[in-house]
Amino acid sequence: MFEFIIIMLVKIAVVFGALLLTVAYLTWLERKVIGDIQVRLGPMRVGYHGLLQPIADGLKLLFKEDIIPAEADRTVYLLAPLVAIIPALISFAVIPFGSQVKILGRTIDLYITDVNIGILFIFAVASLGVYGIVLAGWSSNNKYSLLGAMRSSAQMISYELSMGLSIVGVLMMAQSLSLVQIVKAQSVVWFILLQPVGFLIYLICAVAETNRAPFDLPEAETELVAGFHVEYSSMKFALFFLAEYANIVTVSALATTLFLGGWQGPLLPPVAWFLLKVFAFIFLFVWLRATLPRFRYDQLMGFGWKVLLPVSLANILVTGLIMAWR
Amino acid sequence: MPIEYLPILALIVLAVLFALGTLLMSSIFGPKRPTPEKLSPYECGITPVGTARERFSVKFYLIAMLFIVFDIEIVFLYPWAVVFRQLRLFGLIEMAIFILILCIGLCYAWKKGGLEWE
Repeated sequence: MFEFIIIMLVKIAVVFGALLLTVAYLTWLERKVIGDIQVRLGPMRVGYHGLLQPIADGLKLLFKEDIIPAEADRTVYLLAPLVAIIPALISFAVIPFGSQVKILGRTIDLYITDVNIGILFIFAVASLGVYGIVLAGWSSNNKYSLLGAMRSSAQMISYELSMGLSIVGVLMMAQSLSLVQIVKAQSVVWFILLQPVGFLIYLICAVAETNRAPFDLPEAETELVAGFHVEYSSMKFALFFLAEYANIVTVSALATTLFLGGWQGPLLPPVAWFLLKVFAFIFLFVWLRATLPRFRYDQLMGFGWKVLLPVSLANILVTGLIMAWR
Repeated sequence: MPIEYLPILALIVLAVLFALGTLLMSSIFGPKRPTPEKLSPYECGITPVGTARERFSVKFYLIAMLFIVFDIEIVFLYPWAVVFRQLRLFGLIEMAIFILILCIGLCYAWKKGGLEWE
């Protein structure tokens, strides 16, 4: 029991640290990649090729004034960034990032925990993130915040539906909700080949769920200035950004786990494969932001309800038909 | 409590501590020089007009209700998907009927203009 707790704490510390580091350097990566795409250099001054930029940004935000607007609902205003960041950080608990390794004669599973309802846990926790946004927008007592929060919540719940439906095909084939079992079920063929439509729907919904371009209407700079976090400054603002980037890492890791065979791959060690696939997805997110213009709101909602939802329902029925027929 | 949920609990505690610690640090290190202008809601530099606690479009409410209906459907679909290999054609027909009923609901909302935004 004692040994179990020690191993558990070490694993949690490593994953938590790695996640925070990834999120911090994701901001650097995004600015660099977008800089390259737009034929600029991106951050160059702080450290070699701007490598210390995330640390400088973090320190700067730490020493900024912590403004609480006079008319804001103080309790809810302080609670909102916490509600946004905590679910974003804990959903990584069930994602497997490798099979097993032997360290000091002990076999250690490379995941924090494997619960038999893993995927349900992730979706349940991820949908809590919407509360952070709604509370932030409402408590700020600012029209832009409120509009941004309303739009954002409607968008997130709409795309959450198609996201939940898009993976049902995967669950039918894997016959399990445990992410470890889902990865193991892909040892012969990755589910992206068996579920191409499901994968596409998942990818689109993942971009919409994380409020990223071209679905970044909640923070549409040109009309809502910054959406739900207009009134937030200092580390509270940073927590919202951390949450957004942590969500990007989570949906990328989930896409890897559900559709790209997780840690499996030839030659390289499992963890390297996992990281490689996750970073491919993260790169895609950044690339999309640099390439695509923003949707209009009616287009966004229409697309979610009139295209993605029927298509994902049809995908389930087609998958069922093929599997029952075989 | 099943032992595999213990790590999740530990991670939640760590995440809460991290978030609270971050907020505490910024309130310690950040300067505090409030002025009435600084504390007023931001409206692109002009004095705020009216309050933000206004009425907003009822469409958002409609979307939320539709969401609940379909979200419950998804909750039904997950266990069905896990045991689908055992249910085979019987399970498929059953679920097809269930999805069809919900699709009729979606078509109704669509036809009534519940999904249109102007």
